[in-house]
Amino acid sequence: MSKYSLDYLDHLESEAIHIFREVAGQFERPALLFSGGKDSITLVQLALKAFRPGKFPFPLVHIDTGHNFPEALKYRDELAERLGEKLIVRNVEDTIKAKNLTEPKGKFASRNALQTFTLLDTIEEFKFDACIGGARRDEEKARAKERIFSVRDEFGQWDPKLQRPELWNTYNGRINKGENVRVFPISNWTELDVWNYIRREKIELPSIYFSHERDVIDHEGQLVAVSDFIKLDATDTVLKKTVRYRTVGDMTCTAAVESKADNIDDIISEITATKTSERGETRIDDKVSEAAMEDRKKNGYF
Amino acid sequence: MDLLRFITAGSVDDGKSTLIGRLLYDSKSIMIDQLEAIEKQSKNKEQGEIDLALLTDGLRAEREQGITIDVAYKYFSTPKRKFIIADAPGHIQYTRNMVTGASTADLAIILVDARNGVVEQTRRHSIIASLLKIPHVVVAVNKMDLVNYSQDVYNNIVIDYVEVAKSLGLNDVTYIPLSAMYGDNIVEKSEKLAWYEGPSLLSFLESVEVEQDINLTDPRFPVQYVIRPQTDDLHDYRGYAGKVISGIYKKGDAITVLPAGKTSKIQKIEHNGVEVDEVFAPQSAILHLEDDIDISRGDVIAKSDNLPKTTQELDVVLCWMDNKPLTTGNKYLLQINSRVVKSVIKEIEYKLDVNTLQKTDATSAGLNDVIKVKIKTASPIPYDSYSDLRENGGAILIDETSHVTVGACMIQ
Repeated sequence: MSKYSLDYLDHLESEAIHIFREVAGQFERPALLFSGGKDSITLVQLALKAFRPGKFPFPLVHIDTGHNFPEALKYRDELAERLGEKLIVRNVEDTIKAKNLTEPKGKFASRNALQTFTLLDTIEEFKFDACIGGARRDEEKARAKERIFSVRDEFGQWDPKLQRPELWNTYNGRINKGENVRVFPISNWTELDVWNYIRREKIELPSIYFSHERDVIDHEGQLVAVSDFIKLDATDTVLKKTVRYRTVGDMTCTAAVESKADNIDDIISEITATKTSERGETRIDDKVSEAAMEDRKKNGYF
Repeated sequence: MDLLRFITAGSVDDGKSTLIGRLLYDSKSIMIDQLEAIEKQSKNKEQGEIDLALLTDGLRAEREQGITIDVAYKYFSTPKRKFIIADAPGHIQYTRNMVTGASTADLAIILVDARNGVVEQTRRHSIIASLLKIPHVVVAVNKMDLVNYSQDVYNNIVIDYVEVAKSLGLNDVTYIPLSAMYGDNIVEKSEKLAWYEGPSLLSFLESVEVEQDINLTDPRFPVQYVIRPQTDDLHDYRGYAGKVISGIYKKGDAITVLPAGKTSKIQKIEHNGVEVDEVFAPQSAILHLEDDIDISRGDVIAKSDNLPKTTQELDVVLCWMDNKPLTTGNKYLLQINSRVVKSVIKEIEYKLDVNTLQKTDATSAGLNDVIKVKIKTASPIPYDSYSDLRENGGAILIDETSHVTVGACMIQ
């Protein structure tokens, strides 16, 4: 190996920084969508590398469903404070009230779909022309086909059959008024790449990613945290389990995995050995239909 | 561990999806839940065994019609390498999609059905691989099980393809006989192909040298963004943020900013927030110059002793990617890295038949056509010939009214 060779993580990192700077160079009002999950935390680390010692040329934006893990919210607020970057929070609760939206019913009444309304309203409120997100192509097969610069129409809709060709490392961010672009700097990263990067960069994460004790119920083999947001049935048994979260979404649609891994090395060993995909293991909302993600994206979802 | 990006070229009939499914499956990159999902679908389709091809069909319309619409990206890794596969469809809009996938590929796997040998489609894929200057080509002679693993069949295909490679100037071609269906020569070498002395496909992909493909001799740094914090303690800070697309930059280097031609020296280099003595491709960095000169997004910082060409008249091989036709006199935006300029198609020299390489006269071009054109730009652009430096010789054309990317330019 010559001194000019780079590790694969360096390649991925430089590609992501390049994408961040293209956003800064091409758009008037970009935003970074921040959820408090590991992928958006990785985005923040990459943004620091792309823009420091300058400020981020965009605010962090969180669409709060009201069903978030308190640990993730605490992390979010502390991070914005420590970095001195602007944080905008918009609540799904407010959209429901203002627009008379109907809350989904049922045991795991998820606000995942309602989130899209608040996101589109927020985009309109601040006239965001680009929203940077932490989606990865390895997560899901509709995402495997999405561009790094993904153009959405004024209703936020993705048309998979009319995507722009994306050549070399040249990104075309030109849009018509009212349209916006979703930008995914870590498109080419896998779950394991993100964890390896978090380890390499010594990035701090919300505590729920590490092993802890929690009251859960077993729902068709998936462990769902007991919280104010789910309704327990008479048949449910509350179990005390040692778990961690592999992804962080809403408390209603994210399942925990049994694990004793309380540090990054152990988590990486577990993920390397796992036989189940990230979304398959932890997302209750993807199991609805074969094309669940594709449908949500077409409707403006991330 | 390093990174290899490759494209697979072929149609469903050649077993392309099965080959990718096999690579993912045998390298243990497919998870149980994903496998269960395709098992369920395979049964829905009343097929006896797992259809590995289903792994690569992402969209509902694709599953319904049994076709692939768009380039899909797939990932797997072995202890030696991380791999990114650009999986481009075989039929509709083939050229457009293959060009897209090929533009970032280090290597192309061209699938040949052992029963059919080198056919028109093989030539088309090979011509695109050569136009896009993909550094390495693997000719995967698939379905060897259907020709009784015959060495003669394989040898004849190799003899035919050597001619194709010679005519296209493809000079790094590797031939591998295999059966994606049965996993012969995919991960492990197959006893049924004992007469073949080379590596299995995966061990070749793990060992092919790609580091040397990164150009470290011609320094090019397109400026993406100027960082000016304008705070009290960083009052005079002015950093040019971008990616070293080729070459090496060292502190003290004499540089020229193009297209303006102003000169200065590199005063300071930052990489990931740390001051360093040098940066090299493909690192992202921030450069500081000794002189306060006017530099903005789209300018290229090059070393003064090694300058790209700067001109307003370009000879371009162009792949047209839009439904609306291109005609002489049409105006488009031309984007090369971070620089965007207005441009006009001055003349179409010829249309290239991507099956035969034959050149014919043309006055317009339609979707998937490859043409040679003369383009004039409204202001000078710094560029290198695509065949010398892919990173600074590829550009896109953008429709000024729809904003869609309509063409891929390989500047000559």
